[in-house]
Amino acid sequence: MIDDLIERMLRGDRRATARLITLVENDEEKAREIISKIFPRTGRARIIGITGPPGAGKSTLLDKLIKVVREEDQVVGVIAIDPTSPFTGGALLGDRIRMQRHSTDPGVFIRSMATRGSLGGLAKATNDAIKVLDAYGCDVIFVETVGVGQIEVDIVKTADTVVLVTVPGLGDDVQAIKAGLMEIADVFVINKADKEGADATYFELNLMLDLEKERWEKRGWRPPIVETVATTMKGIRELWDAIKDHQKFLKESGEIERKRRFRAEEEIKAIVSGKIARAIESRLGEEEVSNLIRGVVKREIDPYSAADLILEKTLGVKP
Amino acid sequence: MVERSKVRVLVAKPGLDGHDRGAKVVARALRDAGFEVIYTGIRQTPEQIVESVIQEDVDVLGISILSGAHMVLIPKILHLLEEKGLKPNDDILVIAGGIIPPDDAQELEKIGVGRVFGPGSPISEIIAFIDENVHKLKKFRPA
Repeated sequence: MIDDLIERMLRGDRRATARLITLVENDEEKAREIISKIFPRTGRARIIGITGPPGAGKSTLLDKLIKVVREEDQVVGVIAIDPTSPFTGGALLGDRIRMQRHSTDPGVFIRSMATRGSLGGLAKATNDAIKVLDAYGCDVIFVETVGVGQIEVDIVKTADTVVLVTVPGLGDDVQAIKAGLMEIADVFVINKADKEGADATYFELNLMLDLEKERWEKRGWRPPIVETVATTMKGIRELWDAIKDHQKFLKESGEIERKRRFRAEEEIKAIVSGKIARAIESRLGEEEVSNLIRGVVKREIDPYSAADLILEKTLGVKP
Repeated sequence: MVERSKVRVLVAKPGLDGHDRGAKVVARALRDAGFEVIYTGIRQTPEQIVESVIQEDVDVLGISILSGAHMVLIPKILHLLEEKGLKPNDDILVIAGGIIPPDDAQELEKIGVGRVFGPGSPISEIIAFIDENVHKLKKFRPA
């Protein structure tokens, strides 16, 4: 079944592509088989992350960006992520609303994904879904994160270029995005730049970047700030140019190699820790392990020592 | 029963009427019941809806129509689905809601709509219908 789906996907069949994404999302065994089979055909697409606080206009901006990229005749993939409710497991995925005019364009493939318990702003299977779209033939893959606060920075482990979208009037807005988010942006966007306060936001961002001069000078890339009004297309072409400039920088500076290494490392680490967690969880019911847990409850052994013993017993790892 | 969080539902509003309160209430209620719901907004063409169904690989398509054009738009959607190889009740469950008179509802259920839910239908009926029928789809049948 999987071989057939992959073959159909490589011929450009959208239903097969969509089903492969479902499988990598739902079924770990199948994900493994699919990824191992398509992996040699991946690594070609440019991956661009769009992140920022809720309501900043990420989906609308993306809608307009797709339009510009399509003028260059590139095949576009979009993965748009919205949160899963931790209480019901349900999700309402609404990013597509803003991009629906592209849904009948054969050169655009849009997929909504729910976070399904992942907390870093992405869906659990985002990286695998990207690989499917990459093998399908997308030249550019946009990943729109959930609306983020300060710490959902997983996108940096996934995208080549991270675009951080903010808007004027978030209060002391630069403070609000300072901690983690500021550091991962390759391109800043001030969307809704026709609103009052856009100049102040620009000034603050610029100042912030000046203060971090040392960091970006070492990297060789000062993140540009692009002002946009997504609803009227203002600044969208400039934004795409800024993204392309960054892609060029990545290539010429060799930074892309470093990024890919980092990404592969993070991905392997995540898979390994997932496997270890499952190996241990599967043994939590066993006599020996439950005795240890009981021991901790009774204060006969401390949790650190119990964990060491469990690791030693399950994986043969000495602390 | 198929785990609800792995059941994907597209709520679509075809045609020209812009009254989407009902569609939004249903979308939210299905989310709260634990389904993954994709909402695509108002004024969608049948082509846009069917393409979204394909790209999102959904299991249930819920169509909301209040304009009176249901006997044109719903058959058109069903036709496009079949053209793309999606057989109603086999590859996808299609349900409909809105202002649809009983005679029309009967007709639509004959040509592939799983169930038409009229005004005042409790959400629990929609949820029960999905729970009872989604596992019959090819995708969820054991290979």
